[in-house]
Amino acid sequence: MTRAAIAARRLERFQDEFARALLAEDAAAAGLAPEIARLAAQPGFAVYRNTVMKGCVDALQANYPSVARLVGDEWFRAAAAFYARANLPRHATLADYGVDFAAFLAAFAPAAELPYLPGVASLDRFWTEAHAARDETPVDAKAVACLSPGELARAVLRPHASARWAWFEAQPIATIWRRNRYPEGADDGEIEWRGEGVLIVRPRAAVEHVELDAAACAFLDACAAGRTLAAAAAAALAVRANADLAGLMKRLLDAEAFGSLSVLEQEPQEQLP
Amino acid sequence: MAPSAGLGLKPQHFEEALASPADGLWFEVHPENYLVEGGPRLAWLEAIRARHPVALHGVALSLAGAARPDAGHLRRLGALVDRIQPALVSEHLAWSTWRGAYHPDLLPFPRTDEALARIADNVGRVQDALRRPIAIENPSHYVVIDGHEWDEIAFLEALARRTGCRLLLDVNNVFVSARNLGFSAKAYLDGFPGALVEEVHLAGHSADPALGPALLVDSHDAPVDPAVWTLYERLVARIGPRPTLIERDDNLPAFDALLAERERAQSVLRAPLREAA
Repeated sequence: MTRAAIAARRLERFQDEFARALLAEDAAAAGLAPEIARLAAQPGFAVYRNTVMKGCVDALQANYPSVARLVGDEWFRAAAAFYARANLPRHATLADYGVDFAAFLAAFAPAAELPYLPGVASLDRFWTEAHAARDETPVDAKAVACLSPGELARAVLRPHASARWAWFEAQPIATIWRRNRYPEGADDGEIEWRGEGVLIVRPRAAVEHVELDAAACAFLDACAAGRTLAAAAAAALAVRANADLAGLMKRLLDAEAFGSLSVLEQEPQEQLP
Repeated sequence: MAPSAGLGLKPQHFEEALASPADGLWFEVHPENYLVEGGPRLAWLEAIRARHPVALHGVALSLAGAARPDAGHLRRLGALVDRIQPALVSEHLAWSTWRGAYHPDLLPFPRTDEALARIADNVGRVQDALRRPIAIENPSHYVVIDGHEWDEIAFLEALARRTGCRLLLDVNNVFVSARNLGFSAKAYLDGFPGALVEEVHLAGHSADPALGPALLVDSHDAPVDPAVWTLYERLVARIGPRPTLIERDDNLPAFDALLAERERAQSVLRAPLREAA
């Protein structure tokens, strides 16, 4: 390599080593290049280390407030720092930071006694995604009400751009999440230990949430896959044979869960999922 | 219009900011918090923008990185600039994103010819993409770096000469850096090229929790320090009034308390005019 080429890579090497020193548990033992080792040994270097870590942990705490409330500040910040060391943000839009935090918590040994944490984290993530999603005028229930039965069967309702939903088979995640996301005025009665589902959606300015049963979640899954209402209804009945389809539709339309309505010209050749 | 004082805008203060009738009030935000597809954040910013000028102060272009600014980030920033039509777009003489990881801080580098060429190229790319000049801010310093070939002011002047960019002078950063590295803040400010200064920043700092006042941290969590006000008054007396921002990011007080600090800056900006009259 020529001297010029070596000089041209100096900034690059500086940043590689500086970035390593920022995250090293023990900078002195990290085998840093001498230039960076001298720098990292200065008391002021801790300001950079602390600021980077605080920025990451603050962002995770802002993105996962229900998890933080459940486990307390100290536990949360320790877990978040552990996550951050291995997973720096990929870019500066910190609302996106920690997309896989729920998966991290599921595999995080100290959280093993709190099996509901990953589910709660996934709902905090839904909230953030709904908050920043593309704005879209929701489908008006009246537009659906005026369809003929034939049209209704061939109608395709696409979930709203901000809509996120999940069914949790074994745990009352929606209730735990709601009580910690909106603690003011939350009831503190005994939580019934059962499966729960929830829809989080922002049809207008505010993020809303509605509890859903397994049938409604299956219905929305089918809608998201672009299937007709007839097929979505079949999907709902497949998970709950006694599902109240009219009630389910009303609940979703009242929640303004859909972003567009179209009616297919003819019955599609349904393919089983 | 005469340069006036503005405030860093936090979501907690949106309602009061929107309603404030203060004369010449403008706001500054970090664009990274508004690079979203939709939702209330963006709607609030647009509502504020309909009533007040807004400046975008970026922290993430990583201009001093040995790599080009992230194309996706720059595209989203460009869309926000088109949407908000900011009074000014600014960034830092620092790096933060490197090899696909964002370090939420403004990191230092050796001011070499190589770094100057790299940063000038990056500033040029940003200005081309945004179709407007940007202003570059002097960062706070915490460590002594071996191998600077340029002092900071000469480096910033050269950068402005090469790219046509403007400068954002953060008086608190100068104060913090001067204390931490042991130089004279007054001499630095007296030597700063006033003609290139597009905007001035004022903020609070704090003593390092472990080391005390020997190490100051640019924490933006306190009111502007009296010594920083004195330096600011001296600067304005020398270079004339410039749009001036009170930054506050942490330990957020009531909006009225920030307005009072902003009013103090406003009175400093009016002082040379009074003397001239």
